[in-house]
Amino acid sequence: MPLLMPLVVATLLFAIGIYGVLARRNAILVLMSVELMLNAVNLNLVAFDVWLRDELLSGQVFTLFIITIAAAEVGLGLAIVLLVFRNSATSQLDDLLELREPDVGATR
Amino acid sequence: MTAVEVLFALVGAVAVGSALMVVTTRQLVHAALWLVVTLGSVAALYLLLSAEFVAWVQILIYVGAVVVLLLFGLMLTRAPIGFSDNLDAPVLQRVAAAVTAGAAAGITLTAVVDAFSGKHIALGDDPRGGSSATAGAALFRSWVLPFEVLSVLLLAALVGAIVLSRRDVGVDQGELTGR
Repeated sequence: MPLLMPLVVATLLFAIGIYGVLARRNAILVLMSVELMLNAVNLNLVAFDVWLRDELLSGQVFTLFIITIAAAEVGLGLAIVLLVFRNSATSQLDDLLELREPDVGATR
Repeated sequence: MTAVEVLFALVGAVAVGSALMVVTTRQLVHAALWLVVTLGSVAALYLLLSAEFVAWVQILIYVGAVVVLLLFGLMLTRAPIGFSDNLDAPVLQRVAAAVTAGAAAGITLTAVVDAFSGKHIALGDDPRGGSSATAGAALFRSWVLPFEVLSVLLLAALVGAIVLSRRDVGVDQGELTGR
């Protein structure tokens, strides 16, 4: 199999992920696009591992690590999204314009 | 083209097409379901590349756990079922995003084709491949230290998620600083 086939698929997946992160307004859809980009990287790692016949299986082991980290990232990301939703009743990213509570400066 | 290459091209096209649906569909829940198709076909691509263990881990963790978590997130943020018009940014921002993504794809594709055209993966010559036995041996012999560090990271993420989603944490602190 030409090495280019997995690489081209991975490149397209990564570009689609970039588009999703930039063009979506919903926080959970942005998380999904990040998952797409992580998958593209994983595909690259596996393809190069199989191509190089690595003795230590580095590419595949790194892929396993990235999958684990992605699971942790989604868990934490969703916890943050839920916290934001509880505080401001929205998960639309461009509605979240405040960096601090509005009345903190006024009371002091 | 061999059968494996034809299969790889077909499944790769499914992966890219469903990824496009993930970022363009106007129904939130459908985006999560298209993501299942993308992740599943990426798992099939791993299988075709002879990375068997990685493929099953992908199915178990991504399709099994991550997508379910995302669906839970959609449910808990009261995501609308059906069509919604406010999922996408304004047209101008979408055009800018498409240009950025297209430029990234163009540059990367040019570099990749320039560097790796003509290289071939010899599949099937290596009987060990990425079977569970080989992957497990590599994981617990050469990579056991990072593996254990990763378990600490998972524990930290677990604690962090619990702290973030508990309602009573932070209330006392807020009252203390308020006084």
